[in-house]
Amino acid sequence: MSSTELGTRPGGGMFAFVQRWISAIVVAPSFAASLFFVYGFILWTLYMSFSNSRMLPSYQFAGLDGYRKMIEASRFSVSFENLFIFGGLFIVVAMVLGCLLAVLLDQRIRAEGVLRTIYLYPMAISFIVTGVAWKWILTPDIGIERFMHEMGFANFRFDWIQDTDMVIYTLVIAAVWQASGFVMAMVLAALRGVDQEIIKAAYLDGASLPRIYLGIIIPSVRPVFVSAFVILMHLAVKSFDLVVALTNGGPGFQSSLPANFMYEMTFRRNQINVGSASAIFMLGIVIAIIVPYLYSELRERKR
Amino acid sequence: MSELANLPGTGGRGHAIGRFVIYAVLILFAFYFLAPLGIMVSTSLKTLAETRTQSLISLPREISFDAWKTAWDSACIGVDCRGLAPYFKNSLLLVVPAVTISSLLGALNGFALTKFRFRGANVIFAMMLFGSFIPFQVVILPMAQTLGKLGLTGDNSTYGLIFVHIVYGLAFTTLFFRNYYVSVPDELVKAATIDGAGFFTIFWRIMLPISPPIIVVTVIWQFTQIWNDFLFGATFTSGPQQPLTVALNNLVNTSTGVKMYNVDMAGAIIAALPTLLVYIIAGKYFVRGLTAGSVKG
Repeated sequence: MSSTELGTRPGGGMFAFVQRWISAIVVAPSFAASLFFVYGFILWTLYMSFSNSRMLPSYQFAGLDGYRKMIEASRFSVSFENLFIFGGLFIVVAMVLGCLLAVLLDQRIRAEGVLRTIYLYPMAISFIVTGVAWKWILTPDIGIERFMHEMGFANFRFDWIQDTDMVIYTLVIAAVWQASGFVMAMVLAALRGVDQEIIKAAYLDGASLPRIYLGIIIPSVRPVFVSAFVILMHLAVKSFDLVVALTNGGPGFQSSLPANFMYEMTFRRNQINVGSASAIFMLGIVIAIIVPYLYSELRERKR
Repeated sequence: MSELANLPGTGGRGHAIGRFVIYAVLILFAFYFLAPLGIMVSTSLKTLAETRTQSLISLPREISFDAWKTAWDSACIGVDCRGLAPYFKNSLLLVVPAVTISSLLGALNGFALTKFRFRGANVIFAMMLFGSFIPFQVVILPMAQTLGKLGLTGDNSTYGLIFVHIVYGLAFTTLFFRNYYVSVPDELVKAATIDGAGFFTIFWRIMLPISPPIIVVTVIWQFTQIWNDFLFGATFTSGPQQPLTVALNNLVNTSTGVKMYNVDMAGAIIAALPTLLVYIIAGKYFVRGLTAGSVKG
């Protein structure tokens, strides 16, 4: 990366100094905002998680009390377990579906533009809208179940949204619907970037189509898989709105995710320390995903 | 394009069947992705009576726009029966300044961080970038406290929410512009500097005129993010100040009286329409923002 280090240019003098100063001044407010509202607030939340804050923030130190209460809360263990079920399934299904659609769309499809638009549009709308639509579609007495009854399948049952064991899968259905098109768009862009000469050469050497995909194309779009994976994971950890709109965490708290747990504890149950502990916990998960990713990205680029 | 289908020797009958299967699968999935929108639209066009006599999935027997009108100006959100219109306006009044200011600041930051580099510019950028990764749950409690201290709650909470969206949008807007400006040749700026142009002159006369593509990407990204936000809106605003997403959720969960599914669906479409229109009109830029915003440089 080349750049004009104007300030260090010999003979720049006062003018260059002012130039450099202006540049730093321009960035300063944003940087200060980031220091305070991102880093400062994280430390603030961290401190809250070690305090005995209940309804109002308190600055009295209470050690790991908040974390202990968090771990003991059955609402938390359910939310945590849900994150693994939801996150795992959502990521796998969205990735597989997204890749499948991308590979199929890459076969010189006639109405490719239209199909792409259709697959990706859910990404433009709010999780609240998605939640509302799927909520009524999945509700047995007005949605799919009733429709099947009307079609004459009297014994058809599809009441996951009211079933404590199955409700978490309804979140997967809606989230996959929303995000698969995004994976498709990323993978398709990567497929288009693969060197056509290599593919042609392999083909002339007698390699079969699946072999070309497995041997040449997939390895060269691997970085995009990693990016998509990280983004979906990030999306899963932050999921909040979708749960609120689709199930509101219910029945009971069976479909609650950590973000919902955090909100519930902090703003509704007067357990600020427990809520803060769970926020820190969420940050921990995100850092555990993002840091190795960024590290490998930066290393790739330096090479 | 990877034109595998174009390679010699892939014709023939097996090929035709293969093509048919590919199209069949693609069209099947198109139905899957369109179905919820179709059901939303069809339900919103039903009369209330019809939503109760059959499932939402069946098509309306007669078309009625009553649900749209109700959702817009008379549906009850809690005890407030003014429909979604006031909240639509809230979101609009929120999104315009928040998008404008965060995009402008992002452009200035991106310019400063690439073309007038100062010592530590990279570190500062990396530190700011971190803000785009955090789960916002980790900042909302301190933010609620701070907004309370600043008096940006209650009737002033729209200003508070604008402020929040600007602060947490900066990481993205700066990222977008920085990555765009990095590829602009330094010579352009150097020449102007030698001619005696200052920071803002160069920004205004040279950088902005070449920025429309990235401005469109950034504005679309910010617009979508802020319009669709729920967490900040639900946390920092109350009652009549709430943005549309929060009002929609409250509308759907208002349990007094008869459940009006047709109104819920009409409301959901109203909330989705602005971003959907942007997506349909400027899809290319939308996709570019998605990939740029997610790959993070």
